[in-house]
Amino acid sequence: MSRVRPYDGGPLLLGVRHHGPGSARAVRAALDEARPRAVLVEGPPEADGLVPLVADEDMRPPVALLAHAVDEPGRSAFWPLAEFSPEWVAIRWAVEHGVPARFIDLPATHTLAWNTGECTPEPEPEPEPEPEQEQEPEHTEGPAPSAPSTPSARSEEAVEAVRVDPLAALAEAAGYDDPERWWEDVVEHRGTEGDVFAPFLALGEAMEALRETYGTGGHDRDPVREAYMRLQVRSARKEFGDEVAVVCGAWHVPALREKRTVAADRALLKGLPKVKADITWVPWTHRRLSRASGYGAGIDSPGWYGHLFGAPDRPVERWMTKVAGLLREEDRLVSSAHVIEAVRLAETLAVMRGRPLPGLTETTDAVRAVMCEGSDVPLGLVHDRLVVGDVLGEVPESAPAVPLQRDLARSQRRLRLKPEALEREVELDLRKETDAERGRLLHRLRLLGIAWGEPVVSRGSTGTFRETWRLRWEPELAVRVAEAGVWGTTVLSAATARAEADAVSAESLADVTGLAERCLLAGLPDALPVVMRALADRAALDADVGHLAQALPALVRSVRYGDVRATDTRALAEVAAGLAERVFVGLPPACTALDRDAATEMRRHVDAVHGAVGLLGEAVPAAHGDLRARWHSVLHVLSQRDTVPGVVRGRAARLLLDDGELARDDTARLMGLVLSPGTAPADAAAWIEGFVGGGAGGAGGGMLLVHDERLLGLVDAWLTGVSGEAFTDVLPLLRRTFSAYEPGVRRTLGELVRRGPGARGSAAATASGTPGFAAEPDAGRADAVLPVLRLLLGLNEDDRNNENDEGDEGDEGDEDAMRTGNSSVEVGA
Amino acid sequence: MSVAWCTVDTRSEAADQAELEGDSVMPVSVDPTTVDDDRNQSASANAPAGPDAHTSGHAAAAEAPAEALRPHAEDAFAAELAALAAQDDRPRPARWKLSPWAVATYLLGGTLPDGTVITPKYVGPRRIVEVAVTTLATDRALLLLGVPGTAKTWVSEHLAAAVSGDSTLLVQGTAGTPEEAIRYGWNYARLLAHGPSRDALVPSPVMRAMAEGMTARVEELTRIPADVQDTLITILSEKTLPIPELGQEVQAVRGFNLIATANDRDRGVNDLSSALRRRFNTVVLPLPESTDAEVDIVSRRVDQIGRSLDLPTAPDGIDEIRRVVTVFRELRDGMTTDGRTKLKSPSGTLSTAEAISVVTNGLALAAHFGDGVLRASDVAAGILGAVVRDPAADRVIWQEYLEAVVRERDGWTDFYRACREVGA
Repeated sequence: MSRVRPYDGGPLLLGVRHHGPGSARAVRAALDEARPRAVLVEGPPEADGLVPLVADEDMRPPVALLAHAVDEPGRSAFWPLAEFSPEWVAIRWAVEHGVPARFIDLPATHTLAWNTGECTPEPEPEPEPEPEQEQEPEHTEGPAPSAPSTPSARSEEAVEAVRVDPLAALAEAAGYDDPERWWEDVVEHRGTEGDVFAPFLALGEAMEALRETYGTGGHDRDPVREAYMRLQVRSARKEFGDEVAVVCGAWHVPALREKRTVAADRALLKGLPKVKADITWVPWTHRRLSRASGYGAGIDSPGWYGHLFGAPDRPVERWMTKVAGLLREEDRLVSSAHVIEAVRLAETLAVMRGRPLPGLTETTDAVRAVMCEGSDVPLGLVHDRLVVGDVLGEVPESAPAVPLQRDLARSQRRLRLKPEALEREVELDLRKETDAERGRLLHRLRLLGIAWGEPVVSRGSTGTFRETWRLRWEPELAVRVAEAGVWGTTVLSAATARAEADAVSAESLADVTGLAERCLLAGLPDALPVVMRALADRAALDADVGHLAQALPALVRSVRYGDVRATDTRALAEVAAGLAERVFVGLPPACTALDRDAATEMRRHVDAVHGAVGLLGEAVPAAHGDLRARWHSVLHVLSQRDTVPGVVRGRAARLLLDDGELARDDTARLMGLVLSPGTAPADAAAWIEGFVGGGAGGAGGGMLLVHDERLLGLVDAWLTGVSGEAFTDVLPLLRRTFSAYEPGVRRTLGELVRRGPGARGSAAATASGTPGFAAEPDAGRADAVLPVLRLLLGLNEDDRNNENDEGDEGDEGDEDAMRTGNSSVEVGA
Repeated sequence: MSVAWCTVDTRSEAADQAELEGDSVMPVSVDPTTVDDDRNQSASANAPAGPDAHTSGHAAAAEAPAEALRPHAEDAFAAELAALAAQDDRPRPARWKLSPWAVATYLLGGTLPDGTVITPKYVGPRRIVEVAVTTLATDRALLLLGVPGTAKTWVSEHLAAAVSGDSTLLVQGTAGTPEEAIRYGWNYARLLAHGPSRDALVPSPVMRAMAEGMTARVEELTRIPADVQDTLITILSEKTLPIPELGQEVQAVRGFNLIATANDRDRGVNDLSSALRRRFNTVVLPLPESTDAEVDIVSRRVDQIGRSLDLPTAPDGIDEIRRVVTVFRELRDGMTTDGRTKLKSPSGTLSTAEAISVVTNGLALAAHFGDGVLRASDVAAGILGAVVRDPAADRVIWQEYLEAVVRERDGWTDFYRACREVGA
């Protein structure tokens, strides 16, 4: 063999670019050629024990090594590895050839502790401090995207130091304006035929020249890390002899070649801070590898790199075929002729730009010009699906995990809820045991801040037994899981502990009631007492009616939900009733002297409380008396007190009318009062808005006017009486009120008004007669319906023996008969 | 069959020469539907304006490109092209006057090793020019898309000039463009007198480009009726143009290519069939990315136009240019440059080309009626004319813009006053 001896006076140093497919191929070829007795890889040595897992058939890259501090799981670091990462290739090679593989970088124990030394503004996990640092030499734009995304003091420091970009210097020397492309042209796109070691040698020399000029280039921690690496390499050589291969960032190669004394290296490593660290494999995605995202490994195009690494030959042709396939799936017209032309254009472009092979830029330009008709829209699709890609890695179950994570995995398996990177919606039917469990699990995870699922509004059904979730598993959720590990070892216990802590530290009353609701949804009965206590305390201290009113609905929902779930919510009902009482007392005084916005706000509160009281009615303990009746009296007070703003007064009147607590005549009187010339038009308009306007429960306002012509007449008479100047004032309010109606209702109203005063007069004469119907019901014909009605309502005191089959058969027909007033159907004989 | 086309091919050079001669002998009036004239004729037809018309009179065929209102790209930049050709040592595709690299340099500008400065013809993403030139080098047809005023025609003219040294093989697409404009027509006098022969044939620019291995241009492709568009399909895919009347055909020789431009704002006029679309590589020319880029384009072009019109150079025009560009951009984007205020967009396209014409117009005003310095009052009328296309709606938009944005802006008082005066 006429090539350079691989182990020329020392270990074989393979300097690479992290996540470079060309480097990966070169590393594989070099290892095949050199056949070392041990492979050393840059990475945290704690992971040595995890190396055998690489060979596991369930292990599928992209994956990442996740190291986190044991007592502070939020403090973590990642070392992402894709299929095309040289490190991954090296480890796999070692495992396949039965050669020991070791990680030689500074232990995570120290790197994690480094972060503790500085105050981190928030316990955000800090993305991959190690790889990030090493990537900078290779990924020259690295600092820019990674610095803002990582709040770590370390990168700030590094940014502050004048950063030298070694690769940019090399690229500039070669006449490239983009260092990334230079690297691709010079290293990645070269095949590995010929001497497999030559590229590494040349690269090492170039780096050496650079480091002579620039020193550590602003990476302050490099000397320490490199000292550790040197020590590790030394001990490996003691064990395996010289035939050791080292795979590390090209930037470190000169430092590893350097001759230093053991003592000097040891001195550097003395007194490093330490923290207890745990390490494991976690699944990763291509999207996370890409630069755009926060946990990125700093590569733009993992999908393209994966393709370059995976394609056996003719990468451009294969890529174009893939693109064409994708575009065809999306119903774009792409023929083989397009593919041919795109390949031609890409190759000619590469020649034009003086590149050895078409890179991503050339292929993208070609795809845009030939297949996408110059448009960037389909191109975006290509970028999203292919250039970045939607690959989610997998990790074998035997990988060590934080206890919580293991528990979560167990639950996921049991409930057959697989974490997937692709977003999807699931519908849960809470009446089924599995679905209910799933819902609880997702609710618990949400409590823990693990936003795997997001509740969305159910389509079609509004039943309380249905839940719809949008699921999407992001790799960083693994971090969240690790973080949540502080709270407990199982999902249930962690969620309970978290809820209790949240209840104590909650800011407002509404937060606590919301928390109570979530506790019920998540099935955390053990957390409830604490939450309830917090709730009672808060409620007692909070004097603001608005807050109380805000808090009530969630609480009442919880009570109702508890009923559905057969959870014991008596205590909750007690608190809710107490809260309601205080709202009753506080509301009338709180409703005076409000400006327009505050009045609108108050009207919403009234609506909310009304709904809540309606739900609460049956659930309250007897000691509280009839809540509904008391609420009605409150509403009466509101509707008649002049100092209460019009919109609230109108609303109260309307609510009373709907509940049958206010007679029609009284309503008309109230309305007449308000709409009489003595009232300011603006106030009157506000009243109308409150009375017939939209909003929660007010949707039927239009129908009310349609069916009660007297009220409509009142409104009409008032409106025609409003003076010209005042009309412009009230117009916006009225517009807002009436434009919310459905078109049909508006049309009917318009027609009714057009019929004019005559119709109105007759309507007034026949009280609340509906147009098209006689004033008095036809008693004889109506009586015929009674037996069926009785049947349906179960009021049938006469024991008729055939009532069952009669009832069943007659149901449909009877209803029709009642609706049309047609009494010819004889039933109940 | 092959023999037939062989003979055609061998004599095509000579024949073409003869045809050209014939054309200049035969006035165009013989066949009014034929749009292709001889080159000098077309030059004068493009420039029938101004006081030159009197001096040159009917002798439009006079070979005086200096007198032309707007000389062709290959004439205006002859020196640059020659310098490029002299320095160009890269391989050239067959019948190309320059290598693809030199063509790209010609369009994007640069400095040659001997110090010759090549002015940029197209200011915009390098990628676009590279893709366009590469497309022509792979003998695919090129389709330039863009809203009006994004230099589509300009780029196509310069590409043709740099690649073939001739930008005049042009078909202007209109709703009334006949098939003869793309294939060939007949000289009926000759046809009647001598029967069908190649001599009686009036070739179209496309046919001529095919025979000579040149670059043909089709302007406004989407305005051409669909059935006429379809004649391009065979030309582009089989690179041949059959002449069934004579039992002959014209085969494209190497170097032939076609650049089409189309407007993507009203692309619905005669949308391209997918069969035809498939034969083009499409490049979309974007609007300038930043204000600075646009100011650069406008001042560069204004300078060139001003020189060719012998307008005295205005010393302090750049501020006004920047103002015009800012107004155009803001109204076009519907938002002020600081992103704070939303605006309504008027109906006009307000392209860079229009900004150029507003500034040129203002320069002429300043030179002839003003004090020679470009001032706000000189551009105000032009802006008003460009913005207010629809007298009712656009005027309101313009007034709102004036009151809401221009009046508040520091240092724009003179401009505001000028605009008020004009608009009143």
